[in-house]
Amino acid sequence: MISETYVLSVNRKNHEVADAHTSESLLWVLRERLELSGSKNACEEGECGSCTVLLDGDVVCSCLVLAASAVGREIITIEGLGKGDEISDIQQAFVEAGAVQCGFCTPGLLVTIDQMLDADPDPDELTVREAISGNLCRCTGYGRILEAVRIASGNRKNQSEKEDSK
Amino acid sequence: MGVIVAKSVNEACALLAENPDTTVLAGGTDLMVQVNKGASSLENVVDLTRISELKGWTINDSEIVLGSGISYSDLSKPELASILPALAQASRTVGSPQIRNAGTLGGNLATASPAGDTIPVLVAMNAILKLRSSKGQREISVDEFVTGVKSNALHAGEIIESVRLPLLEGPQEFLKVGIRNAMVISVVSLALLVDDKGKSLRVGVGSVSPVPFRATEAEEFIAGEFDWENYSQLPEKVKSRFSKLVADSTKPIDDHRGTAEYRKHSVAVLAKRALERVCIRTES
Ligand SMILES: Cc1cc2nc3c(=O)[nH]c(=O)nc-3n(C[C@H](O)[C@H](O)[C@H](O)COP(=O)(O)OP(=O)(O)OC[C@H]3O[C@@H](n4cnc5c(N)ncnc54)[C@H](O)[C@@H]3O)c2cc1C
Ligand code: FES
Ligand code: FES
Repeated sequence: MISETYVLSVNRKNHEVADAHTSESLLWVLRERLELSGSKNACEEGECGSCTVLLDGDVVCSCLVLAASAVGREIITIEGLGKGDEISDIQQAFVEAGAVQCGFCTPGLLVTIDQMLDADPDPDELTVREAISGNLCRCTGYGRILEAVRIASGNRKNQSEKEDSK
Repeated sequence: MGVIVAKSVNEACALLAENPDTTVLAGGTDLMVQVNKGASSLENVVDLTRISELKGWTINDSEIVLGSGISYSDLSKPELASILPALAQASRTVGSPQIRNAGTLGGNLATASPAGDTIPVLVAMNAILKLRSSKGQREISVDEFVTGVKSNALHAGEIIESVRLPLLEGPQEFLKVGIRNAMVISVVSLALLVDDKGKSLRVGVGSVSPVPFRATEAEEFIAGEFDWENYSQLPEKVKSRFSKLVADSTKPIDDHRGTAEYRKHSVAVLAKRALERVCIRTES
C-alpha cells in the first residue's frame, strides 16, 4: 500500500516523503527517498548498528523504525552531526586514531559515540564498550575505535576546563 | 487508514475495532525484522509508542503496575531497577542499547518467544496482564497469556495495556546463557526471586521448554531448606538437589543455539549460581 504524503524532521529540517510504501523502514526512506545515504544498511534486522540514528535523542536502529510512524519525532543522522561543512570532534578523532577501515560501521558508531559523550563526557572503558555493543565492526578489532573515543572525550574535557577557567 | 500514531488507549482500541486487519506497532524490534524480510507487509498500522498512559507505572499497596509501553532502557534505570531488580537485570541483557531504547515489555509478551527474557521473571512473579479492547478489559495471568511458541491469548482488537506485579521483599537474580555478552538470544535463562514475607523462593526458567514456566517442585523443596534467619550459604547437597529439580522440570530441544543436553546442564548451573548469589547478598 502507498502511504499518504508525510513529513519527517531530519537533521532539524522538514522533508516531505511522497509515494512511499507503508512498510518502508526509516533507513530505507533516508537512503532511497531523502538521499541521505550516510546511514548504512548491512543487516536490516537490528544486529549491526550501521543504521544507527537518534530518535528524539535516543540511539535506535533506523532499519527497525517504521518510517511513517516517525512523523513528529526529531531524527538526527550522521549527516546532522557536524556543523555545516565542518566535521564533528568525534569524526576528527576517528581520523586521528585511524579508526576507519572499510568505513561501513563508521556512521553508526559516530552517532552512538556522539550521544554517549553528550550523556557522559568522561566515560570509563566499560561504559564505552557497553555503549558500542550494538555497533559491529568487522575490520578494526575496536582498538582504534576505543582510542578515538579517548581522544574525543579528552578534547571535550580540555574544552570544558578551558571554558570553566574563563 | 495507513499508519496512525495513536494518542490514547481508547483511540488505539477504536481504530482496531474499525479495521480488524490493523497491525499493532510498539518498538518495532520484532515486527520490523519480519517486515524487512518480506515475511509480512503492512497496510494499516496503529503505533502505540506515543501513548503516555502506556509508558508510566504506579505503585499501590503491595503491587506495581507497569505500562506495556515501558522500554528496556526505562526498566534498567535505577528508579525501577531498585523495585524490580530481576526484571531490570533481564532488561539489561536484551540486545544492545539501540534495541533496549526501542523494545518494550508489551512487545516481548505479545511475541511470546520461549527465549523472551522478561517472561521467566514475569512468570516467577505471577504477573497479571490487563488486556483492553473497544469492548472492555479483562485480566489474565502471564502463564495463561503465553499459550505456546510465539502464540498468545490476545483476541482480535485487543492490546496489552499493563502488567501488574507484586512488590517482593528479598534478593532477586536473573541469569542468562548465550554465546557472548551483548546482542544475544538466551540459550537458557533463569530468574530466582526470594519472597521474604511469604517465605518462598520463586524460580522461572526460559528457553528450556515451549513456554517459560515456574519450577514448582524445586521451589517447594528449597523453601523448606532455606535459612530464613541469616540467608547463609546452603550445604552442597541442598544446592545440588535444588539444581537437579530445576533441570528435571525442563523439556529442552536441540536447535541451532544449543543441544537439549547442554541446556539441561546449563539450567542446573544457573540454578545453583542464582541460589548462591541470593544467599551471599544478604550475608555481609
Ligand atoms: C537485534 C535484536 C536483539 C534482540 N535481543 C533480544 C533479547 O536479548 N531478549 C529478548 O527477549 N528479545 C530480544 N529481541 C526481541 C525484541 O527486541 C523483544 O521481543 C521486544 O520486547 C519486542 O518489543 P517491541 O516493542 O519492539 O515490539 P514490536 O516489534 O513493536 O511488536 C512485536 C509484536 O507484539 C505486538 N505488540 C507489541 N506491543 C503490543 C501491545 N501493547 N499489545 C498487543 N500487541 C502488541 C505487535 O503487534 C507485534 O506482533 C531482540 C531483537 C533484535 C532485533
Ligand atoms: S542495518 Fe539496521 S542494524 Fe543492521
Ligand atoms: S571499518 Fe569496516 S566494519 Fe568497521
